[in-house]
This record gives sequence, C-alpha cells and structure tokens, in this order.
Amino acid sequence: MLEAKFTIEHQAGLQARPAALFVQVASRFVSRIWIAKGLKKVNAKSIMGVMSLGVRQGDEVTIIIEGEDESKAMSAIQRLIASNFSEVPHNNASS
Amino acid sequence: MNSVPIEDIVKAFDLEVIYMSDNPKIGITTSDINRPGLQFAGFFDYFASERVQVVGKTEMTYLNGLDPQTRFERLCQFFKYDIPCLIVSRGMEVPDYLVEAAKKYDRPVFRSQLVTTNLVSKLTSYLSSALAPRITRHGVLVDVYGVGVFLMGESGIGKSETALELIKRGHRLVADDAVEIKKVADNRLIGEAPELIRHFMEIRGIGIIDIKAMYGVGAVINNKPLDLVIQMELWDDNKEYDRLGLDEEYIEILGVKLPKIVLPVRPGRNLAIIVEVAARNFRLKNMGYHAARELDNRLNALIQMNREG
Repeated sequence: MLEAKFTIEHQAGLQARPAALFVQVASRFVSRIWIAKGLKKVNAKSIMGVMSLGVRQGDEVTIIIEGEDESKAMSAIQRLIASNFSEVPHNNASS
Repeated sequence: MNSVPIEDIVKAFDLEVIYMSDNPKIGITTSDINRPGLQFAGFFDYFASERVQVVGKTEMTYLNGLDPQTRFERLCQFFKYDIPCLIVSRGMEVPDYLVEAAKKYDRPVFRSQLVTTNLVSKLTSYLSSALAPRITRHGVLVDVYGVGVFLMGESGIGKSETALELIKRGHRLVADDAVEIKKVADNRLIGEAPELIRHFMEIRGIGIIDIKAMYGVGAVINNKPLDLVIQMELWDDNKEYDRLGLDEEYIEILGVKLPKIVLPVRPGRNLAIIVEVAARNFRLKNMGYHAARELDNRLNALIQMNREG
C-alpha cells in the first residue's frame, strides 16, 4: 500500500474538469485508489465521490493506493498533480 | 475523535454571540449537556467540563442571589475548566459579571431564545447526530418500496444505470457514487449524499445529470436507513451463486450487520427488476414469510408423507 500527501495548486481546486481528469487517470489502473481530505475518504475512480470532497486551491489531499500496479498509479497521479492538471490523459482505452 | 466546531451550533441554533473566543479550534466532543448549578454552588469534585454548559433560570436566579465576591470566585473557578461554551437560555439578560469572568478565561458565551429543557433536548439530539461515527462508501443508495438498498460493486459495473432504471420505475435516489453513512444507533445506519453532489448522478457517456430536475421531487429523498446491501459483480462461470436463498449472508458496516446479496451481472440481465424483487423479498421476510423456507417445508412434508404412505 502506498500513501502520499499532495497540495492541490490548481486555481479551481478539484472542480468538475480537474476532477474528471483525475478520475480518468486513476481509472486507468487496476489498483484500488482512494483520495482523502480531512476525515473524508472516497474512491478516486468515482467522479461524484471526488467532487463531493470539495477540494479547493491550497487544500492538502492524501492519496492511498493498493494493488499490483500501485507504484505506476502513484507516479501517474503525482505527474498529473505536479503538472497542475495540464497533462492530457492518453486516449487509448487500455485498462 | 469526532468533534463539532462551536460555530456549527451557533449557526444551527441561531445563537446570539455574547462573547466569542479567538481560539478557532474549540470543538464539542460529547452530546451530553451539563447544567452547572452544583458548580455555581461550589461543588467541583466531579464536573463534566467537556460538555456544553447550559444556564437556565434556576442557575441564573441562584447566581444573582450570591454576594458579588463569592460569585466572581465561583465563576472564575468554573471558567478555569476547559469548557467548550456556555449557553444562556430563555433569552435572559446575560449579567456583566458573567461575561467578565468568561472573558478572563477566554470561554465563549452564547444566548438562545429557547426554553431550557427544549434547548437541552434539541442540543443533545443535534450533537449525537453530528458526532455519530461515519464513513463514506462507494456505491448507490436507493429507496425501493421503502427498503434502503445499497448497491455496491466496482466502478463501471452498472450501479448508476441500475439506479436510473429504478428511478424510472418510480423508486427514489438517495445518493449516487458516494454515500455518507452514519451510525445513529447500535443497529441502525443512515445514508445520505454529500451535500455538494446531492441528487446528481453520473452516467457514462452522458455525463452529470440532475435527477431532481429531470424526474421531479418525487424521485429523490435526502436520507434513508440502510436495510439491504446488494453486491454487484461480474458473472463468473466458475463461481457458485445462491440458487435457494436459504442461507443469509451479511456484511458489516461501522459494526452494524446488514443482509447482503451477491448479484452476478451479465449483459442483458435486467438488474432493476432483480433489485425490486430483492426488496420485495426482504419485506416479505421481515413480515415473517420466507419463500425458500416455505418451499423447503412443503418438500419435507411431501417426503415425510411418501415415507409414511
């Protein structure tokens, strides 16, 4: 199991578009992925779940990943957050 | 540990702020309330100081009757404890000496227009709900014939589509995708949608839809106790699925045991109807009729008869 904390720098926080991008990236992996803010922890592959956290700019979130491709998933999420959600996810539907 | 910020109760009860502390981190950790009559009388051997302190007419009349010197000493001793806040009920005048002592130890003082007993019972029920253990689970909660059915399963298995079909058939959506589950009693869980996404739903290929706007207010409900869990999973030819329903399976959420049904998903299987049937069957069982057992009994009776005959 991997766990890491990130600060969301995107000016809109995790509102609809960045949240969708985030979920899209998380869904590419078979590992179970969660995102937590404060005491609330939701499935990172669920767009409604991620949006329900109401993550704002500057908020810290914790990403928890468990599964066979956990390290790949963590680095992909790390890249996405580091690129401030400008990375365009691959279009190939491989999962 | 769960804690309710004092700002929340100020808002929820429309309290008038007489004195507010600068400390932003004051929280309430228990749903019990203390009426500090005995403390005002000088008894501090046992003092539930972590509770919200409510001052009613009795306490206020007693304080007003004390000589100023003793009164100030008692109040200082009282406020020295780390109390979350003090609320004066009935909209009573808050005397200056009380505010002075509260300020000295930086303890918030509020005023409510409610009558003391009413305030105490409302505070207790508000706090026990706000402090109840809670968890967010991935799944869809629907009210089917009054049964709170929680659909679980991996992303993309078709939970939302099933829920949509159920809504079309006249059932009600509680929450899609993320369900906040609260343990309100030892054997009772209540589920609701996080406020931000309440009554919205995501359908792959369409995007976000608003169920309340689309299907009307009759298609949604704000919260619902969880009665039955349906675990949806891809049909596995190597797995044996329950053919009888004689044995009950359970799942534990926040320490509460709920009956669970594992439902295999295969393209073309109308899951909404199956969920409806599961809910009806659940109601029948609750009313004391168990179809699988009934059939089993008939079979046994026949076998018995043949043996005797």
